[in-house]
Amino acid sequence: MSIPVRDGAATAGAAIPGAASRLPDVPRLEVRRVTKRFPGCLANDCVDLVLRSGEIHALLGENGAGKSTLVKIIYGVLEADAGDLLWEGRPVRIDSPATARKLGIGMVFQHFSLFESLTVAENVALGLDGRERPAALIERIRLVSQRYGLELDPDRHVYNLSVGERQRVEIVRCLLQQPRLLVMDEPTSVLTPQEAISLFETLRRLAAEGCTILYISHKLEEIRALCDSATVLRGGRVVASVDPRTQTAQALAELMIGSSLMSPQRSPATTGAARLQVSHLSTTSDDPFATELKEVRFAVRAGEIFGIAGVAGNGQAELLAALSGEQPVSDPMMVRIDGEPVGNSGPQRRRNLGLAFVPEERLGRGAVPEMSLSDNALLSGARTQGLVRQGMIRRGRSRAFAERIIRSFNVVTHGYRAEARSLSGGNLQKFIVGREILQEPKVLVVAQPTWGVDAGAAAAIHQALIDLARQGTAVLVISQDLDELFVLCDRLAVLFQGRLSDSEPTGQTSVEQIGLLMGGLFEASIAAAAARNAALAGKETSHVV
Amino acid sequence: MSFDAWPRLEPRGEPSPAMVWLTPVIAVAATVVSGMILFTLLGFDPVATLQAYFITPVSTRYGLAELALKATPLTLCAIGLATGFRANIWNIGAEGQLTIGAICGGGVALAAWGHEGPWLLPVMMVAGVLGGMGWAAIPAWLRVRFNASEILTSLMLVYVASLLLDYLMHGPWRDPEGFNFPQSRQFGPDALLPIIVSETRLHLGSPLALVAVFSGWLLLARSFVGFQIRVIGLTPLAAGYAGFNQRRLVWITLMIGGGLSGLAGVIEVAGPIGQLTPSISPGYGFTAIIVAFLGRLHPVGILAAALLVALSYIGGEAAQISLRLPLAVTGVFQGMLLFFLLASDVLIRYRVRLGASSHRRPAPAAQGIR
Repeated sequence: MSIPVRDGAATAGAAIPGAASRLPDVPRLEVRRVTKRFPGCLANDCVDLVLRSGEIHALLGENGAGKSTLVKIIYGVLEADAGDLLWEGRPVRIDSPATARKLGIGMVFQHFSLFESLTVAENVALGLDGRERPAALIERIRLVSQRYGLELDPDRHVYNLSVGERQRVEIVRCLLQQPRLLVMDEPTSVLTPQEAISLFETLRRLAAEGCTILYISHKLEEIRALCDSATVLRGGRVVASVDPRTQTAQALAELMIGSSLMSPQRSPATTGAARLQVSHLSTTSDDPFATELKEVRFAVRAGEIFGIAGVAGNGQAELLAALSGEQPVSDPMMVRIDGEPVGNSGPQRRRNLGLAFVPEERLGRGAVPEMSLSDNALLSGARTQGLVRQGMIRRGRSRAFAERIIRSFNVVTHGYRAEARSLSGGNLQKFIVGREILQEPKVLVVAQPTWGVDAGAAAAIHQALIDLARQGTAVLVISQDLDELFVLCDRLAVLFQGRLSDSEPTGQTSVEQIGLLMGGLFEASIAAAAARNAALAGKETSHVV
Repeated sequence: MSFDAWPRLEPRGEPSPAMVWLTPVIAVAATVVSGMILFTLLGFDPVATLQAYFITPVSTRYGLAELALKATPLTLCAIGLATGFRANIWNIGAEGQLTIGAICGGGVALAAWGHEGPWLLPVMMVAGVLGGMGWAAIPAWLRVRFNASEILTSLMLVYVASLLLDYLMHGPWRDPEGFNFPQSRQFGPDALLPIIVSETRLHLGSPLALVAVFSGWLLLARSFVGFQIRVIGLTPLAAGYAGFNQRRLVWITLMIGGGLSGLAGVIEVAGPIGQLTPSISPGYGFTAIIVAFLGRLHPVGILAAALLVALSYIGGEAAQISLRLPLAVTGVFQGMLLFFLLASDVLIRYRVRLGASSHRRPAPAAQGIR
């Protein structure tokens, strides 16, 4: 029989309205020399972190730097091997997320923890551990989502929601709990710039009300604009604590990766013939929540990178399925590869014609989690790389191909035998992108090339895509990350509710204009463009004069 | 009351590769131990019973041959089923495919009665394989065409097949000189599988089963079709992404399963039985499902599992005869084996911990608060 101990939750629960929060010099949360070891890796090594009340604090670091581990310790998902947590000056033991929530810690995870078969409101109710009447809760969800510009229908089932919409559920769920420390893991990756700006306003308002925000993001410009202080992790240790407002993005990135950062070089495109042509592409679906594509048309020419921006759930999944052949369309002419009509063909024929494809989901679509890297190299490279002869796998060649991918794209792994799921997200993405690029495709379709990938790996992937395009491949990038699209693409268009806007050369558009299109304001955007062109024209005239 | 002192299951970071192969051993050991308890409670000497069960039946050459004989149809069916199971194609109608294989192969033997020659046996084999494939083609077509669950269709066809066999035995194919017994003529010598070990019943079918084990391994581990089967089973979305033709794989796996089950059927009638009777199989097709999972859907594992299950059958019969063990005990024993196997599967992904959690410190928070 063990002696029952008073745990931190009960004590802290009673202590919250106490004197501590009134003293401005007592931090909201202090992390002292926290160490966490996993088999084969030291995820956190004597990490110190001080979060003051009402500050927006950035946590920076590459994938595998220990950010997630630290945050999970703070939120009670993991427990530290050593070290202490002090909540408003008092030592606490946070042994579960429920304890964390009782203390007043809320968290929006990068990977969502939602039940697919339940509605938005039911998912929120589960997170609140309360006894609120459903009708009242739905009303509160509506209020909060309106107030913070997070459009949500509480009655929809989660399995129908896009990645972006799922994240909105997570954010709303947290905000409903009126947290005193809000941890946000890459919250803006699925928002339009305008939505991000309104979220920042929300976060600033929350901070002004005294809520502390721990903000994890790879978007350094965002951190510079939003955060008051930043802690940089590398290899599980704190390497710097800086004021991000006084640092350049380049300097922050170099602190994160510990060496100088190569930014991708984009030479002007010399474009050739249209290799991927999409015309009058419309889809219908039995699923009432799917987005139907309406008369989508565009062409990607050899040598260029064409970008499609848009918030998740506006038809990206349907467009990708129609392009890859996983969901063929009725009319073959709707999709053409090098002039060859393939709309009604499956993925195999399209691959044979030179299409390569990087899907949004890495594990579970782009790679088989339980299989080795050499088997995963075989997954899409079987034909182009000659990895199969007379129906039998040429194992030596698939190993060699896997090793070539690992080498060329600096995939951090212990070899071609490693299971795909043992790789970090960024490394697996490098492997999949590398696998498709090394097949020297004529057309490459890439979805979210660097979602959740650290700055160093993202730069490498971007450079590889640019190099591939310049060798004569037509590259289509579908992404929600506008910074990425502006770095990569020669032309941009926006997908909104199944319709694609006209494309604009990247140099002749702006983040604001694309942002308006992402919000569905096609007309407003056209008007803005017209106004800008008029202004430009005026300027030119004045120059001439 | 603290739960810390209770044994707990703690998730492993990675599935333990050792446990994948160790759990069948643990399960067998647990079955033996609880079997001994069961025998003791029933008033039998546990050691003598176990000996009668597991040792005596295989202590003679004849006994070993009987073991191989019993394991042969189990192995053939299980290899075919496992190929489908790997691709999430749940053909559970091997019993029916086996029956149709026996009918087709036996039908050839009966049709050729009086005009036999050395050509007969190979033709019977081919007919049996084609018969099993044809029977499996029905669920395959229904699945591909109407997306009908092959679990239901293949199972229902088992009963159709056995009724068809009953009809043939009671009617058209009944032995005209058989005193109205519902069974066919005895096959002629050219329609029987040659015995390969003298003074036993071990016939050419057992080496064929070994060939099936090797071919199954080659298919699953080394061929591109096998790779597609594995991908579709593990991650259907990745198979769609890679463009593997799912319908084709439904057909391929059901044809392999049906063909091997049909072969098992013809081997039974051309081997130990030597004629068609209303009860060709004591449920080989269903037991093969257990064998397939016991062998981890791996051809070599299946061979071992088939031998083990065959031993439990033969040993059960032997113990019934020599010790007058009740018939139900054999079933209970097999049930325990399966139960322990499924239970110990948990150990692959979890480990058992006694006492306090390893990563939990002695509550520093409490010390600080005091």
